Amino acid sequence: MTNLTEIAFFAAGAVAVIATVLAITRPVAVHALLYLIVSLLAVAVVFYTMGAPLVAALEVIIYAGAIVVLFVFVVMMLNLGVRTQETERKWLAGRAWIGPVILSALLLAEVIYLIVRAPVSAAMNSISTPKQIGLALFGPYLLGVELASMLLLGALVGACHLGRTSKSGREARQ
Amino acid sequence: MTTPHPIASIVGVLIVALSLSAFLIWVERRLLALWQDRYGPNRVGPFGLLQVLADMIKIFTKEDWIPPFADKPVFVIAPAIIMVTVLMSFAVLPVAPGIVVSDLNIGLLFFLGMSSLGVYSIVLAGWASGNKYSLLGGLRAAAQMISYEVFMGLSLMGVVLLAGTFDLTAIVEAQRGLWYVIPQFLGFVLFLIAGVAEARRLPFDLPEAEAELVAGFHSEYSGMKFGMFFVGEYLGITLISSMIAVLFLGGWNGPWLPPLVWFLIKVFAFLCFFILLRASLPRMRFDQLMSLGWKVMFPLALVNLLVTGAIVLAKR
Repeated sequence: MTNLTEIAFFAAGAVAVIATVLAITRPVAVHALLYLIVSLLAVAVVFYTMGAPLVAALEVIIYAGAIVVLFVFVVMMLNLGVRTQETERKWLAGRAWIGPVILSALLLAEVIYLIVRAPVSAAMNSISTPKQIGLALFGPYLLGVELASMLLLGALVGACHLGRTSKSGREARQ
Repeated sequence: MTTPHPIASIVGVLIVALSLSAFLIWVERRLLALWQDRYGPNRVGPFGLLQVLADMIKIFTKEDWIPPFADKPVFVIAPAIIMVTVLMSFAVLPVAPGIVVSDLNIGLLFFLGMSSLGVYSIVLAGWASGNKYSLLGGLRAAAQMISYEVFMGLSLMGVVLLAGTFDLTAIVEAQRGLWYVIPQFLGFVLFLIAGVAEARRLPFDLPEAEAELVAGFHSEYSGMKFGMFFVGEYLGITLISSMIAVLFLGGWNGPWLPPLVWFLIKVFAFLCFFILLRASLPRMRFDQLMSLGWKVMFPLALVNLLVTGAIVLAKR
């Protein structure tokens, strides 16, 4: 663990926080999504500096590269105009901020306290290889992996069902 | 062989990749002309070699126009994204023993990550143009590239299983005895098709489909911003060809000739194959493209992974 890695870690963390704040406050949906992508990439750098290159790569491929592309896809389909931007501005103005700001300020204070107390966590000194992650996933955490796969299977069956009804509906109309 | 200084290899890779893809524009036009029984560019310089230079001067002096109905910041960023993501991928490409910018131990995943980020360039360009044809091109690009990325990654996992690493240099070293194109022939074919789709080349160039979408996502682009999409496409083809050479054809391995020459021969063969595809195949329909991806390619990639995994386990 060199000093330079630590600087990269904190810089990427700061970028992630700022980009996420901007992602919430932008009135144009696509701009907000762009900031979300920057935030996810910054989190990937954070993972990398903490010695988890595989997780960093998966963060880029799956979150930034696939899931947010789907978000952008849907936003483009909706074709949001100037009116939604106005509504968004109204929602973001004034008193709507009070609740979230108090909650996030509490969390921020906790994070700062933890960082000041223990500057380098134990995980930052070890590099976890893809093999270790695989062994952990299919060893002690097998139940979690299986549960997640069942959940995804459920979602897949649901999506198939929805797609199927719309197809038969189109045939019925013809 | 001594390892060159990192900055020297960065500059070297940048210059070679950029000039190779510019040269590729000329190669493509000449080869297409040959296969279509005409001359192609043959006036500027010997064999028309300087045509690219002339085109470049023209494109730099053109008016760089941003339409008033476009979303300005996104419109400007979009062409830069494709250049950055493709050029970043070249960083992990092992060209010859010791000639690689960054010998990352997750090099293969880095390449996949960068190619998945490249989609944003096309999608955002389509959205920011504020033009319905561009938007349709962008939507098609998003759907196409997400679908093809899934089995692109899966088709490579057979190689990873055999080599036991994500490190591209180690994958090349592991092919010293036998190139992976033989034990992983199915994976090779799947990756080749996915690569054509990721590079958005015929028969998978639905996002720009001149005949129906008036050039799709880059309709509104002019000057060097269009040039960036154009060069980005050729860089993408060069990258995919190099990846095929590295992952399936043993990279720099080969008898008699020096390693760098072997690598360039393999890459050039695939570049010509890409151009031949364009010369000979018609464009697919969009629903055909999607159902081919999800109903044929994806199950095949899964079967390939399963069989390879079983064989690797049984051999232990």
